[in-house]
Amino acid sequence: MNSLSLSFELAGCVAAILLIIGMPVAYWLAFSNWRGKFLLESVVALPLVLPPTVLGFYALLAMGPRGPLGKLWIALSGHGLAFTFTGLVLASAVYSFPFAVQPLMVSFEAVDRKLLDASALLGAGKWRTFQRIILPLSLPGVVTALVLSFAHTLGEFGVVLMVGGNLAGVTRTVSIDIYDHVQSLEYGEANHLALLLLAIAFAVLCLVYAVNRRVWAPAWTRWSAK
Amino acid sequence: MGAGVDAMVSKVSSGTLVASIRKERRDADAFVLDVSFEAPPGITILFGPSGAGKSTLLDCLAGLVRPTTGKIVIGENVLFNSMIHIDVPPQIRRMAYVFQSLALFPHLTIEQNVAYGLRDIGQQDRRARVEEILEAFRIARLRNQRPSQISGGEKQRTALARSLVTRPQLLLLDEPLTGLDAELKASIVEDLRAWNAAKRIPILYVTHSREEVDALGERVIAIDNGRVVSHGAPMDVLDAPRRKRLAQAAGFENLLSATVLDLREPDGVMRIRLGESACEIEAPLAHASAGDLVQIAIRAGDILLASQRPRGLSARNVLEGKILSLEQRGTMCIARVDCGVTFVAHVTPSAVRALELASDKQVWLVLKTHSCHLVD
Repeated sequence: MNSLSLSFELAGCVAAILLIIGMPVAYWLAFSNWRGKFLLESVVALPLVLPPTVLGFYALLAMGPRGPLGKLWIALSGHGLAFTFTGLVLASAVYSFPFAVQPLMVSFEAVDRKLLDASALLGAGKWRTFQRIILPLSLPGVVTALVLSFAHTLGEFGVVLMVGGNLAGVTRTVSIDIYDHVQSLEYGEANHLALLLLAIAFAVLCLVYAVNRRVWAPAWTRWSAK
Repeated sequence: MGAGVDAMVSKVSSGTLVASIRKERRDADAFVLDVSFEAPPGITILFGPSGAGKSTLLDCLAGLVRPTTGKIVIGENVLFNSMIHIDVPPQIRRMAYVFQSLALFPHLTIEQNVAYGLRDIGQQDRRARVEEILEAFRIARLRNQRPSQISGGEKQRTALARSLVTRPQLLLLDEPLTGLDAELKASIVEDLRAWNAAKRIPILYVTHSREEVDALGERVIAIDNGRVVSHGAPMDVLDAPRRKRLAQAAGFENLLSATVLDLREPDGVMRIRLGESACEIEAPLAHASAGDLVQIAIRAGDILLASQRPRGLSARNVLEGKILSLEQRGTMCIARVDCGVTFVAHVTPSAVRALELASDKQVWLVLKTHSCHLVD
């Protein structure tokens, strides 16, 4: 498997997992009245400011044969986590977590509370209100969360290097491949891949901003959708 | 809770709302809502100046805000009782609440909005009920539109239909018709009344507009500063305002402080002096004694203007004064008259012409004793 399709597979897995985990966390952050909420917010945002090597280092320790995660995984599956694709997915998910949670939380919070009250008064429980009101009105946030966590995972380097190493077809992602090419003075190949990542990053950001500016949204959401 | 409460609220019955609610705000700017009242089936108006606590009261009734203490009962259904820790969640209170902002779901069509609260019933029944109410509120032709595509009045009709289709046991309306012209308002209210004629549930209608009270009122509960200050028929509540802010809200243009001079109990009147002026007038007898300071409220429309000293009148109060200003507003002229204290009187443009009223002209004001209302 070449490094590009490996990166895409990794980014796809991480984006899907983060959407599922991110929603309840974002919902809780958006609607809980607990005063200690800022604690969880800080934990979620931690990967934004932490050097990837720090995160990767601790992830590696946790996943190693003597780390808690590693031991658990060995007991369950019989082999280790570090330097495997699964380990990579786990560490990447942690690293990209804020990119999924923040847009979801912001768009959940932006839903008019009166709509939620109205839904409750019409007999809808929390789950139905989420499905029928919050989620449809937060679609731009969902798209943003998916796309950003995908793109962020696609471009990561430090965490992958620490946790995954550089095993061709298993953990060698595009960004590491580029590094390899540069190390071996293969600037042509490096440029090839680098340009590709640049193009993807640009396309992804265009998509995010267009969705949030509602360029393709149906007419009724554009004018006075309050 | 759970099963017991479900059984209680699923009983289909409409009855009188009996509520006593006390709500203290945690940020404690000394505001306390403390009201007790009953609302039988039909429209009851909650009237009062903004900030009086009307919306907080509706939020408590709906279960969106938990009262500090109190009791909310509709017919035999106990929805809230702080003594025995009953607090039915809003989802199963079977109350309809139309917010001032209406809160229509922007991503759903009018039909989907209306059908939102119906789900535990069969497809056919559901369609029939939606159809029935879309017709009753004249919005059937808009069924596939979104809220942003329809007019203000149509939105209000949609919000009413969405709430009522669930067959609630109480309808709460928080100034839902603000900003509509009188005719449109009247036609919506008519449809609401027609709908409720068959269902007979209590409707609490919050407003601070005197006109809406006159147009709707069967019963009025006046609220000011978190308390019920009076209740009864609109005439009784609004024509004898007991509080200054309420008097202003109810359209008493003249609010004057006065000193009681003496009481004439056999005649049922008392003489009072207005402000620091020499003006003495007769007002209905009240619980006061000579020397007390009181507030007098007089409607501008209850004051007569004469260009000569009137004689042979039953009205007891004739005051001489000078016109300070005349201002035409629509089909009405507002005259400000200085009699030692300044009065505001309403006259018609034709009266202005007939009496040749103008600034500085000498006039006489005529006040019936019972047009002078005492205010707390």
